[in-house]
Amino acid sequence: MADVRTDPIHQFGIQKLVDINIDGYDVSFTNSSLFMVLVLAAIALLLLWGSSSRAVVPGRAQTVAELSYEFVANTLRTTAGESGMRFMPLVFSLFMFVLTANIFGMVPYFFTVTSHIIVTAALALLVIFTVTIYGFYKNGTHFLKLFVPSGVPAAIVPLVTMIEIISFLSRPLSLSVRLFANMLAGHITLKVFAGFVVTLTGLGAFGFLGALLPLIMVVALTALEFLVSFLQAYVFTILTCMYLNDALHPGH
Amino acid sequence: MSWFISQANAQEPAVGPAEDGHAPMDTVGTTVAHEGGEHGGTFPPFDPSTFPSQLFWLAIVFIALYVLMAKKVIPQIAGILEARAAKIAADLVEAEKAKADTDAAIASYEASLAAARNKANAIAHETRSKVAHEIDGRRHAAEAQLAAKLTDTEKHIADVKRIALEHVSAIATETTESVVEALVGKVSRDEAAAAVAAVSASKH
Repeated sequence: MADVRTDPIHQFGIQKLVDINIDGYDVSFTNSSLFMVLVLAAIALLLLWGSSSRAVVPGRAQTVAELSYEFVANTLRTTAGESGMRFMPLVFSLFMFVLTANIFGMVPYFFTVTSHIIVTAALALLVIFTVTIYGFYKNGTHFLKLFVPSGVPAAIVPLVTMIEIISFLSRPLSLSVRLFANMLAGHITLKVFAGFVVTLTGLGAFGFLGALLPLIMVVALTALEFLVSFLQAYVFTILTCMYLNDALHPGH
Repeated sequence: MSWFISQANAQEPAVGPAEDGHAPMDTVGTTVAHEGGEHGGTFPPFDPSTFPSQLFWLAIVFIALYVLMAKKVIPQIAGILEARAAKIAADLVEAEKAKADTDAAIASYEASLAAARNKANAIAHETRSKVAHEIDGRRHAAEAQLAAKLTDTEKHIADVKRIALEHVSAIATETTESVVEALVGKVSRDEAAAAVAAVSASKH
């Protein structure tokens, strides 16, 4: 039967490590919490310790830290303009958190924080609330021009406005589901093929031969998943930048 | 909800679907074949009972990360990049200055080279003209001397010629006198001279 070794869903299970209960809410320290803290620690270690020498000619860790910073800074600057740089802490935090969590998920036995919809949804809502609140704070009602693009014939303005509103409301959904589904599906696929290998090798000599194919698939999928890990972090970041651009410069 | 009370050994998934504290998931939990399912067979990412814990810890971790980024990481890395950019700019300015210095040195070297060449040319020209002048002077002197000698000689020749011509007329008169005396007797010197003069006038 489906034992722990081949069950593709088991890896997403949340286990309590320390029971904590505040005001009737269960906020136990779980394996998910542990890996969130580990992600935070890894980011702090890489970025703070890596750049602590402040060398003019950087070493390896400092190069990685600088590359990450410049990558996000350039993405933000080209998408949202120079005034978007005020959101650098938020965007950089999001990128590093999502990227590190995704990459951590690739380590066997590690928990993938971003494979839970509640985490990605929380991050997406953080972005959308930031965009909406800052948009109204900076532009006032002018922010609503976002929904009425200029240069559109009056006859189809209601239609376009409706489409714009629907697209705005679907942003948090697509932002969270995209990341969540990619991580979930990738890990399930990996586990299913790895499970084939385990099951087939238990069937004797023919099974060993038969296990070769899924093994090759697992290797290839692992490479693909590393790509997806980075790509989804980048997609999350650049979409965040584009939404922030809407808040900074509404009316297209 | 008090589903957590029976979760004493949640890390040990092999206990089977014993807990029936999962009120909303009871039916699913018993029908699904996953013996090891920790949450009664619910698909873990969609299990709402884990949401408060995840949100709580995500909030703590993300706020900590944001503060870390805003207060420490970004100023530090931006400072490094800024310092590097400033150093590169300063070094470029310095290199530019060194290049200008080199250019100036080359230009002054070439200027002094050109000046030396001009001076050498001038000296050569001066020497050449001086020599030519001297040669000219000497030649003029020699020519003048020669011309003077020539003039003297011509004058001398003319004198000699004039004297000779004067003597020719006297000799002719004498000869005529003696020839006529021998032929016809004594004749006066004046008649002879007149005859000579008449002959030489008709000859010329």
